[in-house]
Amino acid sequence: MSESNGLPTRSRHSSRPHRAAALLPGLPLLLRGRALSGLSLMALAACMVTLLVLASDRVRTTFGAGRIDEWIALLTLLGAMAAAWGLGVAAILWPGAAGDGHTSQWAAAWHDFRKNRLAVVGLYVMVILCLATLLAPFLTPFAPGAFNDIAATRHLPPSLEHLMGTDRFGRDVFTRVLYGARISLSIGFIAVGISITLGTLIGAMSGYFGGVVDTVLMRFVDMLISFPRLVLLIAIIALLEPSVTLVIVVLGLTLWPSTARIVRSEVLSLREREFVQAARALGLKAPRIIFRHIVPNVLGPVIVAATLGIGNIILIEAGLSFLGMSVQPPTPSWGNIIDGGREYLVQAWWVTTFPGLAIVVTVIAFNLIGDGLRDALDPRLRLRR
Amino acid sequence: MTAVPLLSVENLRTYFHGADGPVRAVDGVSFALQPGETLGIVGESGCGKTVACLSILRLVDHPGHIEPNSSVRLRGRELTDAAEAEMREIRGNEISMIFQEPMTSLNPVWTVGSQIAEAVRLHRGSSAADARARAIEMLGLVGIPEPERRVDDYPHELSGGMRQRVMIGMALACDPAVLIADEPTTALDVTIQAEILDLLAELQKRLGMAMIFVSHDLGIVSEIADRVIVMYGGQVVESSTAREIFDRPRHPYTEGMLRSIPVLTQKSQRLSVIPGSVPSPNRWPVGCRFHPRCPYVWERCRSEAPSLPTGTLAARCWLEKEPERRLGGHSRTPSSEAR
Repeated sequence: MSESNGLPTRSRHSSRPHRAAALLPGLPLLLRGRALSGLSLMALAACMVTLLVLASDRVRTTFGAGRIDEWIALLTLLGAMAAAWGLGVAAILWPGAAGDGHTSQWAAAWHDFRKNRLAVVGLYVMVILCLATLLAPFLTPFAPGAFNDIAATRHLPPSLEHLMGTDRFGRDVFTRVLYGARISLSIGFIAVGISITLGTLIGAMSGYFGGVVDTVLMRFVDMLISFPRLVLLIAIIALLEPSVTLVIVVLGLTLWPSTARIVRSEVLSLREREFVQAARALGLKAPRIIFRHIVPNVLGPVIVAATLGIGNIILIEAGLSFLGMSVQPPTPSWGNIIDGGREYLVQAWWVTTFPGLAIVVTVIAFNLIGDGLRDALDPRLRLRR
Repeated sequence: MTAVPLLSVENLRTYFHGADGPVRAVDGVSFALQPGETLGIVGESGCGKTVACLSILRLVDHPGHIEPNSSVRLRGRELTDAAEAEMREIRGNEISMIFQEPMTSLNPVWTVGSQIAEAVRLHRGSSAADARARAIEMLGLVGIPEPERRVDDYPHELSGGMRQRVMIGMALACDPAVLIADEPTTALDVTIQAEILDLLAELQKRLGMAMIFVSHDLGIVSEIADRVIVMYGGQVVESSTAREIFDRPRHPYTEGMLRSIPVLTQKSQRLSVIPGSVPSPNRWPVGCRFHPRCPYVWERCRSEAPSLPTGTLAARCWLEKEPERRLGGHSRTPSSEAR
């Protein structure tokens, strides 16, 4: 304990940066020796300002008759600028926020995570991707479904005007990849949200109560897991009308069993720990023990499973889209853009390559983050420090 | 003695029902606890001490079951058939318990202050600010320096002894009438052990609560307890006072335990041990449960089970009826002289 858990203490010793530094986003962090964070915030702010200038026309029309996604984009833009600036200010106001002598497990995990370069790269990719998705209306002058003169714009190779070329209808592929990311990412996040919530609840109940509850729930899990997943998905979707909502619900409802198993096994060992018995000896009710004392202790593995799960779901969704079982054209998703370009692979490689790259980069990013989180959140690994 | 005791346990039997028939972990334990008194419970591993304590709070998990006709009364109120909600009211509020392992007794994800405050908010309905103030007060009471700062510490930032202090603070935060301390010092260094013992003794005096102190160490128990009961094979085999048990142990098991404490002034001899080990609780021997390990054993012990007479000083042993056999049975004198 004496060496303060190996956590950074320099923030406590270094002098406060001058207040004027707060004017420039990221500068306070830069002055305190946190170059990467500082430069990132600066770059973020610079990008946002550039975007505001370049897309000033679009921003102006947003105030007049903006669509909902334009408003979201505007709020994201302003929010990102505020965050870039605010983080620097926070660093001045509360020098060494984590250095007040108390380190929660989360703070310690974040410290470990930051040391993992690849995981940090993954995190950067994810943040950029999410921002780009939200800012899509300002990043591209085209609409995702817009095509005017097919004959003149069909299958144009990548150029400055069309960064990723155009498809067989003359639509801008870059635009469609950006808008497709919305579908892919939101399916990923929401479906994972559903599945980890269900999985944690069911796994925790199963593990804590044991006995009949455990047997019934776990046999149900076994049953779900024993179905070939893709066949089950295709069967359900084929029975009903394919739509984004359906895909989210079906993925969410079929992927929870693996989370439930992870949570259950963790809970089985946790409930034998004395703090759970101590909580019971203090007169706490079962739901409170589960949610306050057990669930926070299994969040580590759950978060890891969720992060890896998002990558997995994006892949599954792309596969389903490719098979025409998910998002229906003309709404773009990464899978159906690839499907649309499949026949023209030789004439127009760009139609399939760029969304394919987007899938690869995204899935790798999420897997890197997941690996980093696993190492950072595993208490067994922490013991070695 | 005529007044209703604070806590009375009568014929407590806790069985674990498994495939091989019931495991009789606690088999007819009776004792009474007066306000402000410390009762020590001694016995080796597997004799049913911990299960007995958990049974008082009804915290024994399935397949463990408190058998019918067992009785646990708090101020005359029966607990064995009380509703679960009533039990939750009692746990942590009227009867608190602290455990052996301070390293795992605190939840690693919450600050120690919030864990103490939780019990206060639950039982007292205090506001968050009041509960925090109480947590700081308790940390000060159990001798943690700088309680205002330590209240926001996470368990991993404290040493084992400090954590056990926090546990004690947590257990005492609602001013319980009874504190059950289940081997609270076993996992600690000897010096820390002494500190925690002193702390418990002092707090008990100051707060006027009754305490059940469980240990396998007769020395520690006799230091802190007023009365001592010795458990063997899920039963009370001897009931005595802290002084008397050292000077005049009645049950051969107690005698054996005393003889196996190393004595500094005595040189060279090998430490005596009680031969054999505690038999499996689903196969207690016929007759006296201690007879396979007893140096005084004779025919009667193998066939008939002795009972525990009532009274402050009592032993569950046929020697009580036939004291002359004590002289012939064993060559060595009881350890009262060795001290």
